[in-house]
Amino acid sequence: MKILINNMSNYFKAALLLGTITLVSCEKRLDIAPTQSIADNLALNTEGDVLVTLVGAYDGAQSGAAYGGDIMVLNDLIGNSTNINFTGTFAGLSDAYQTQMVSDNSFATGTWAACYNTINRCNNVLSAIAKVTSSTAKRNSVEGEALMLRASMYFELVRLYAKFVGDGDYATNPGVPLVLTPTGNVTDANYPARATVKAVYDQVIADLTKAETLLPNSNGNYASKWAAAAQLSRVHLMVRDYAAARDAANRVITGSGKNLAANFGSNWFTFINNAGATPAEYLFSLKVTTQDGTNSQNTYFGRAIGSIPGTAGRSDCKIRPAHIAAYENGDFRKTYFILNGGNNYTLKHLDRFGDVAIIRLAEMFLTRAECNQRLGTTIGATPLADINRIRTRVGLASLLTVTLADITKERSFELAFEGHYLIEAKRLQTPVGTLAWNDAKLILPIPRRETDVNKNLVQNAGY
Amino acid sequence: MRKKLLVGLFALFCVVVAHAQTTVSGKVTDAANGAPLGGVTVKAKGTAVTSVTGADGMYSIKVTSSVKTLVFSYVGFTDMEAPVRGTSVDVALNSAVSNLSEVIVTGFGGSQIKREVTGNIARVKGKDIEYMPTPSVDAALQGKAAGVFVNSQSGKLGQAVTVRVRGNSSISANSQPLYVLDGIPMTSNSQSSYGGATNPLVDLNPNDIESIEVLKDASAGAIFGSRAANGVVLITTKKGRAGKTQVTFNYQTGAAEATKRLAMLNSEEYATLILEGAKYRDDLDGTPLNDPDSWTTYVKDGVMDYYSYGNWSKDPKKTYDWQDAVFQKAPYRQADLQIRGGTDKTKFFSSFQHLEQTGTMVGNELTRTTGRLNIDQKVNDWLDMGVSLSLSRTLNRRLPDDNAFSNPLQAIALMPMNPFTDPNTGLPSGAPPGDINIPLYYNPILSVDYARYAQEVYRTFGNAYFKAYLAKGLTFQTEFGMDYLSQNEEGYFQSQTVRNQTRATRGLGQNRGAFVTNYNTQSYFNYSTVIRKHNISATLGTQYQQSQAKYNFTEGLAFPSDSYQKIASAATISSGSSSQTDFRFLSYFLRGNYTFDEKYIVSASARIDQSSRFGKNSRSGFFPAVSAGWILSNEKFLQDNKLVSFLKLRASFGIVGNAEIGNFPQLGLFSGDAGYAGAAGQRPSQLRNDNLKWETTNQFDIGIDFGILNNRITGEIDYYIKKTDGLLLNVNIPATTGFNSQVRNVGKLENRGFEFVLNTQNLIGAFKWNTSFNIARNIGKVTDIQGQIIEGGVSSMNRVQEGYAVGVFYTPQYAGVDPANGNALFYLNTKNADGSLNKGTTSNYNLAQRVVVGDPNPDYILGITNNFSYKGFDASIFFNGVLGNENNIYGMGRYSSASMLYEDNNTADQLRRWQKPGDITDVPQVRLYRVNGSQASSRYIVDGSYIRLRTVSLGYTFNAKQLSKFKIERLRLYVSAQNLLTFTNYTYWDPEVNADSFDSNIAKGNDFYTSPQPRTILFGVNVGF
Repeated sequence: MKILINNMSNYFKAALLLGTITLVSCEKRLDIAPTQSIADNLALNTEGDVLVTLVGAYDGAQSGAAYGGDIMVLNDLIGNSTNINFTGTFAGLSDAYQTQMVSDNSFATGTWAACYNTINRCNNVLSAIAKVTSSTAKRNSVEGEALMLRASMYFELVRLYAKFVGDGDYATNPGVPLVLTPTGNVTDANYPARATVKAVYDQVIADLTKAETLLPNSNGNYASKWAAAAQLSRVHLMVRDYAAARDAANRVITGSGKNLAANFGSNWFTFINNAGATPAEYLFSLKVTTQDGTNSQNTYFGRAIGSIPGTAGRSDCKIRPAHIAAYENGDFRKTYFILNGGNNYTLKHLDRFGDVAIIRLAEMFLTRAECNQRLGTTIGATPLADINRIRTRVGLASLLTVTLADITKERSFELAFEGHYLIEAKRLQTPVGTLAWNDAKLILPIPRRETDVNKNLVQNAGY
Repeated sequence: MRKKLLVGLFALFCVVVAHAQTTVSGKVTDAANGAPLGGVTVKAKGTAVTSVTGADGMYSIKVTSSVKTLVFSYVGFTDMEAPVRGTSVDVALNSAVSNLSEVIVTGFGGSQIKREVTGNIARVKGKDIEYMPTPSVDAALQGKAAGVFVNSQSGKLGQAVTVRVRGNSSISANSQPLYVLDGIPMTSNSQSSYGGATNPLVDLNPNDIESIEVLKDASAGAIFGSRAANGVVLITTKKGRAGKTQVTFNYQTGAAEATKRLAMLNSEEYATLILEGAKYRDDLDGTPLNDPDSWTTYVKDGVMDYYSYGNWSKDPKKTYDWQDAVFQKAPYRQADLQIRGGTDKTKFFSSFQHLEQTGTMVGNELTRTTGRLNIDQKVNDWLDMGVSLSLSRTLNRRLPDDNAFSNPLQAIALMPMNPFTDPNTGLPSGAPPGDINIPLYYNPILSVDYARYAQEVYRTFGNAYFKAYLAKGLTFQTEFGMDYLSQNEEGYFQSQTVRNQTRATRGLGQNRGAFVTNYNTQSYFNYSTVIRKHNISATLGTQYQQSQAKYNFTEGLAFPSDSYQKIASAATISSGSSSQTDFRFLSYFLRGNYTFDEKYIVSASARIDQSSRFGKNSRSGFFPAVSAGWILSNEKFLQDNKLVSFLKLRASFGIVGNAEIGNFPQLGLFSGDAGYAGAAGQRPSQLRNDNLKWETTNQFDIGIDFGILNNRITGEIDYYIKKTDGLLLNVNIPATTGFNSQVRNVGKLENRGFEFVLNTQNLIGAFKWNTSFNIARNIGKVTDIQGQIIEGGVSSMNRVQEGYAVGVFYTPQYAGVDPANGNALFYLNTKNADGSLNKGTTSNYNLAQRVVVGDPNPDYILGITNNFSYKGFDASIFFNGVLGNENNIYGMGRYSSASMLYEDNNTADQLRRWQKPGDITDVPQVRLYRVNGSQASSRYIVDGSYIRLRTVSLGYTFNAKQLSKFKIERLRLYVSAQNLLTFTNYTYWDPEVNADSFDSNIAKGNDFYTSPQPRTILFGVNVGF
């Protein structure tokens, strides 16, 4: 046999060999990375990585289904059919308003998912907190913010999806699943049962208490020590630990250096009137810019009003005249509505951009007053002084004496349509329309997709 | 592993047989005209000794004394065996009459004679699709290959085409076949960002194609491993030929029109129906018809007079068929020049093409210019090299997607009394400064006149190879190929379009770039030898491919005037982004064929695929296949049978994959899109799945190939079972993880079916008539989707339902009209205690349960071609058929076949509406703005079967004598028509349809104001020099 290969030049043989070797060593070339996204093992390796993940946690909290507003809108619609006339077409909200939700209510599903999505982002930050090494202060702040956001999400979840404190034994009532580590691979551990209501509150209180110690006094657009303390005050109020609620509120009032704005109205319209600056009275709020963010309180409560350029909204939540009539004459807040197209709308949510308020300083005065009143103490100030501070700002005469009923009534006017109606009814155990405060219809369903996919979850009664 | 195989290969050719040698020489000519044939393979029968004829048709071959017969074979001609008598053998070859002698390309340098193929490979010759007025090769495949379903989806130019080989094998991964052009896996996924998906195969000139092989079964496909589950389409371009340089020039021109117009209401009929609907409402309210607040008054003044600019009450008969405004007679022009020739050492093929095609809908134009040069060079006695290079530019003026008010065909919704032109301004109705709230909806003509969106693609296909003859029968080939796609999309929307483009108050400009670079390199050994009765061949090689796509986008608002249309002049840059994605494959493959005594054939192949798309626990996939064949007609008992001239049984089994699962689906990911309050942020965006891999298909195929009456009748019968598991599904997981779903390999489905191919030469002699027929049946069934709800299409009516094919129509069942009151009725279809369905009816839609009422996948697909020739005349008639499928017309039906629910114009069949008690009809009573039967239901799921006269052509070729004084060798004049006739019960435009706005694996058969196929008539001239 004639072997043609002998005719080949050595160059070609070498090239052939080289080519074959090159191909064999190609295997490494398969390890390529995406560009708009990065692999999870590359995402949390430096302090910078942790910081941008924390920003992502705020982004998650800010989603429309969470603190972008749905949590507050659901509270107001479920808890307040007497003051709001809801005319929107979103079936999920309409059902919530009529307290006839079904287990696949789209808003119940969305808020659950958004809160846990944010919790996972926070858990990612906390899992990598050791990477923040530039200063102890920085690390403390990052950890505190992540704890604060995670605790806030759990606090909202347990209030919406579980029986309230005082309704049966909260140490055994099912709360919501507690997930405290970031999700990597999906294993059996990712199919958790519901922790008890008490276990969730214990976690929330522990996280917020720690956050308050870690966070700085002021923190720009992000959560400060006083945001954590204010949220903690709320949590204590829910579990009826009035002394702790009072003390936390008092720490905020005395320590934050913030004062009530002279003008009640300056707390809103900040984008239209004040270039988006956060109102001085806000203790915790989430930013909405023209580039990013959602304000779903604006979506549902707002309305595009021709005479106020920049206003927007679906005009879904019309305020009943009876609500307006209930304010005392001379109360500035009585005028904080606009009659347009034959219906009244609250002026609190006409502005699409700026801030979605979570906690304002006024609430801390009301909480301190209520707790002092209940406990017969005068920590920080007398209940009467605190209430009159709220009243005089809106042009009302000072009271001479004050009762618990005066305080809770003042609270309901001051915080109207800011997402408190359902919670206040449950806390004060007052009926919601014809339903008792602890009626099963006032608790959101565990989303059907969750009970379908996770057999360890127990559905709430009535769904 | 590779090294061991190499050693084995080398061992194979260390067998030497020695005999005394003589040289035989002679000339090979074309029996038809006596012209010398270059490039003919001459083989000493029973040995591996071959030679090739030169340009002059001459050959010489050294053979041993034991050789008694020479075999001459050449593409397009019948093999001829000639006995060796003395040292000179001249032969004249006949044009191929039977495809059993065709050479089938099998990939990676492999080829087999059709009669010895044991897998299932359908071959379409370039000649069969030459000069068809379809710009892309995939559309031209329709009806040509058994089991290959093609749906061109719409009449828009350059749009994506659905191709399914033996059914749909996936739910969420790509189901299109792998296209391999001269060895390069092509970029074939759409790069469009506007107006539905486009088809990157448009950048390839179909007339450059020598042959297309569709690898359908697993044994043929397994050498393409993880990418073969949807079938593999091997496209081979034309090569040069030794001999006189042939110059062919072809020019064809003609025009296209939409295959169908839909019968709509004229102004009088429209008025009758809408007034009837208004009267129903007024009677219900107890309002007198002439009351100023009545619905009747509103309809007369606020609708018909308003939208006719006050003309309706003056001239109630005046009708404008808006189809006249949006359909057009569309000119078509195409010029092709092909030059082909070469010497013994250098062979070349080159081509140029310019195509100008206008859409049958206004505003749609496609221009393509391509050039190609393929060169093969014999460097010396052991080395060949070659280069092929194709350059193209395709400019497509696009239309919006079907589900856009600016889609021209949505004009059919406009009222018949609404003039095309505003009488006050002389401009199109709705153009400012006229009333922009007329017509009823945005007038899409405004987007034709005042907006433009063009996609311009520059495409380069290049491939270079070296082939070394290492030893007798052993070659080594190494190739480097590139497919580079550079695309720019540019759009500008003037302020006149603001009713549609709400942000275009002062103009809106968009610019997007897409750059897809796709490299492929492959090296392989091929070995073949004949040892007495043993015929052995083998292939061993490796392949590496990398593809990178980069995108950028810029958008600007507010332009000084419409004279400034580049974003440089925009006052606001409203959007901008850039992005990139990559994938890579590294593969090793092996194939062996063994034939004993030309009777028993065994083939085996295997491939190992590794890809950047697979999880780290599934990095490497192994795809084996085996097949066997038995040629009974070479056995003694059949050898001299007068009737049966060829008979082969074959069977194959193999495992292939579908790796079109997206890039990086397996990784746990963070995304950088979670900014907050002006600060950049990131978030976890995808859960990792280290086990994620390709979808796996096991396919079994059994077939018979036969030839009867000296192979004047040949055919194939195949039965196959394709079982796919590991389907990628988005599996729901608890949201407490922070995610809603994870991509996992969990689903299962199967396809089974048969294919039948028959080729006959009905008449031979002066008048020739031959027929090719193919038909295929496929039954698809989803067997496991782990309880996931997967829906798509118009109103989510397509669904993945266990026990049915992918994408069946799942919706309540319409039960007609209650003769007593004109109410639409629906079947309850609730489950009875015994498990049967309750066929009681209800007018309450919410009580009607959804059931499977139709399937967009056809039961049968078929094609039949008849070719005739007599003296200089030739004729061809080609029908294709798609049978047993349903289409969904709800997209437009809910508005326009809805017994005047809205103010939209309605289809003429709505005149059949119920009018008085006792009327028996299927169209409910007209009730203006009251839903009565226009909910999603089986009312809108209609038969989509059709048989279509796809092409018919008639030509006359002048003979050489007639032409000699003009110094041209060949002249053919022809006329051809495409889509001339369609036989169908389909009620809307065109049954070959799928709306681009909804298209997915699941969403098929949807008509949403989708433009029909063009009916094109062309005159052509073909000249050879």
